[in-house]
Amino acid sequence: MKDTLFLFILMFYYLVYTHFNIASYFIFLFSFSFILLGICLILSENNSYFEKNTSYECGFDPFSDTKSPFDVKFYLIAILFIIFDIEIIFFLIWAVCQKELYIIGYYIIYLFFFILLLGFFYEIRKNSLDWN
Amino acid sequence: MDFFGFIVKLIFFYSNVIFILLSIALFTWIERKVMSNVQRRKGPTVVGLFGCLQPFADGLKLIIKEIIIPTNSNVIIFLISPLLTFFFTLFLFFFIPFHNGYILLHSPISILFLLAISSLSVHSIIFSGWASNSKYAFLGSIRSASQMISYEIALSTIFISVIMLSGSYSLIDIVNAQKDIWFIFPLFPFWIMFLIIALAETNRAPFDLPEAEAELVAGYNVEYSAIIFALFFLAEYGNILIISSISVIFFFGGWSSFFTSISFAFKLSIHVFFFLIVRSAFPRYRYDHLMKIGWKIMIPLSFIFLMLESSLILIFNIF
Repeated sequence: MKDTLFLFILMFYYLVYTHFNIASYFIFLFSFSFILLGICLILSENNSYFEKNTSYECGFDPFSDTKSPFDVKFYLIAILFIIFDIEIIFFLIWAVCQKELYIIGYYIIYLFFFILLLGFFYEIRKNSLDWN
Repeated sequence: MDFFGFIVKLIFFYSNVIFILLSIALFTWIERKVMSNVQRRKGPTVVGLFGCLQPFADGLKLIIKEIIIPTNSNVIIFLISPLLTFFFTLFLFFFIPFHNGYILLHSPISILFLLAISSLSVHSIIFSGWASNSKYAFLGSIRSASQMISYEIALSTIFISVIMLSGSYSLIDIVNAQKDIWFIFPLFPFWIMFLIIALAETNRAPFDLPEAEAELVAGYNVEYSAIIFALFFLAEYGNILIISSISVIFFFGGWSSFFTSISFAFKLSIHVFFFLIVRSAFPRYRYDHLMKIGWKIMIPLSFIFLMLESSLILIFNIF
């Protein structure tokens, strides 16, 4: 535990040293949003009671836990997104040096694209992208 | 790397962020004005000239209000998520070049940063919906997240098309590549798609399903009040400004015409105006239609156009 904490601190210092701009931005932006929150906490008066603090509902007391199971479609969309996102990453690397790769890179990316397209049409045929 | 340099840098960032927040505030005022004029109302007129100080009055009011933390909510995540949203939005502004030398963070891979950080903002929406322990917020956050990730694929494909023409990840290089011709002329279908995707990606009307008043009250920020709501609000409008400026940089040559940064601002405001007109003119989509447009129209179309473009580039390079 202590070692990992030490490692994190070391990494943080390394980041600040090497990427000074980005690190100072992080510190600055976090401090800025925390300052806004702090000003609000200082200025606002706090008189809360039970009814005020219950979560929003229409006319009745909300049930205790609302982290209910949701439609599996959303989960499926997220899984499909991962596949396409990885493919996008491959495309990103190819796109920047596309003029240098000439015809070979073009053929290989077309093969890759064709395989991906097969999967995509399979998904459409299986109605996994339909919302009923 | 000395202490004094650090302080100078912080002051520089603070001044920049204040101007960014000013532009977001004015954007909200302009939205209310345009919407009211479309609907033949007057809109805000009381505070300041033509009501131009209205957003500041609203902001001040939100600062002195009480932060309500609902019972059964996960307090830390509940408080952290608006801060994260705000943080990511402001962080995106640092990679946008407004003028030739005027970019806050010089980076040769700024497009990758844009993609990475804009996809990180999905997490904070999920956090806020999950932590506030309300059915409306939960459903709104899930809807919002799945909408954003499904449109992100087509969005990144458009990014790739622009990278392919310019041959660089840097936004400055992309603008410099458009000295002779703006990318909107060769990439016109991509621009049309970009506009539609931008509406979906920023959760704006007609794709504002997570905030559908009739069904979900206000979406993932139902439980939020006072400054934490204001942070969400600022982040949402900041995202619109960012995606408009990305469109300007990708397709309209950024500052690379006469009047440099003034022309950038002009093009940006035209894009913003487009967002407002669309909001006041179009009805809301149904959720299944939205997903159908995203997966069955936008993604195949963007891939087809990408392949077409790569073939054309290859043909022009060989012959």
